[in-house]
Amino acid sequence: MKPPPFEYHAPASVDEACALLASLEDAKVLAGGQSLVPLLNFRLARPAHLVDINRIADLDRIYERDGGIAVQALARMAAVEDSELVARVCPLLGLGVRLVAHRVIRNRGTVCGNLAHADPASELPAVLLALRGHVVARSKGGTRIIPASDLFTSVMQTTLAPNELLVEAWFPASTGKYAIAEESRRHGDFALAGAVRYGDQLALFGVAPTPVLADPRQPTRGLQPTGDLEATPEFRLHLVQVLTERLFAA
Amino acid sequence: MKVNGVERPPTVDARRLLSDHLRHDLGLTGTHVGCEHGVCGCCTILFDGEPVRSCLMLAVQAEGHEVTTIEGLAPPGSALHPVQQAFHECHGLQCGFCTPGFVMSVVGLLREHPNPTPEQVEEGIAGNLCRCTGYASIRRAVHRAVELTR
Repeated sequence: MKPPPFEYHAPASVDEACALLASLEDAKVLAGGQSLVPLLNFRLARPAHLVDINRIADLDRIYERDGGIAVQALARMAAVEDSELVARVCPLLGLGVRLVAHRVIRNRGTVCGNLAHADPASELPAVLLALRGHVVARSKGGTRIIPASDLFTSVMQTTLAPNELLVEAWFPASTGKYAIAEESRRHGDFALAGAVRYGDQLALFGVAPTPVLADPRQPTRGLQPTGDLEATPEFRLHLVQVLTERLFAA
Repeated sequence: MKVNGVERPPTVDARRLLSDHLRHDLGLTGTHVGCEHGVCGCCTILFDGEPVRSCLMLAVQAEGHEVTTIEGLAPPGSALHPVQQAFHECHGLQCGFCTPGFVMSVVGLLREHPNPTPEQVEEGIAGNLCRCTGYASIRRAVHRAVELTR
């Protein structure tokens, strides 16, 4: 398992990265690499170009803006996890990040990369959706704000255009009641099913091609989760029911 | 990039994984390669002091950075690093394949939490797999390493 050949680019600025993404055919952005590099190693992804954004300075900030927390593209999950600002303003984000893989993975992996990768079983897309946050996409043509509800389209598919760079994710302050719960076979694994509560909002992950909002009183309505070696569809529906009841019992 | 304190020439091929660069180009075979998708933890190294998976990085990404491998913890002939000593004392290894990854993860863990709680120890080694399932001794070794580091 070795990555297939690609042309490597390491831009020094966001503008340079956007210019590359505008001019290159079949380019992928490389941030933390904790999802993309496994795909390269398995040769499930074969991009012609890799645009490595890790050499861009000042793109790793975590800061307060518009009553929430903005997390820039190179902010590592470990930094978000340890951030006092996140703990104070958006503790739900901190809880969600702690459930992603293991600390060694979070030392390198980024929040924005996790969102752009859009794994349906990942926690952070559901957290962004429950909080009604957004991401900021930059391209040569300008800046675009994409609300969480418009971002995720299918399994690992988003409305980000090939020439756009996700430069920042914004999570509103979690001032209401919040909680996240999931069930996985092993510590740090992707969840078989998971649920995020924010106030009266419920977002589910691992049970549909994208994270989905659901009615806390009827959380399984309309869901058609897939089955695999680790869980049948019925078991996933059962987990959704139980996890939702737990989150809203408090 | 600086590997174990020594400046090394850059890699030629952009698709060279850091793990393969360390092993095949630099001959540092102490870094083991198990799954190559970030699950087993055998290839864990310190990147600018923090434990990361070397199989999930390209060697070119390490240019200008400092890498520490298991070989860099204690020079040949000198005393073992406290974490290595603790694994030795507590029999925290059986076949030894996972050991370099565990040791590097624990070095990183103890840098961050010099006096870890039992939960922090569990969390700190949760990302490494031991297929001999020697976890009880490994856990003991981490606690012993804390004593030896004091």
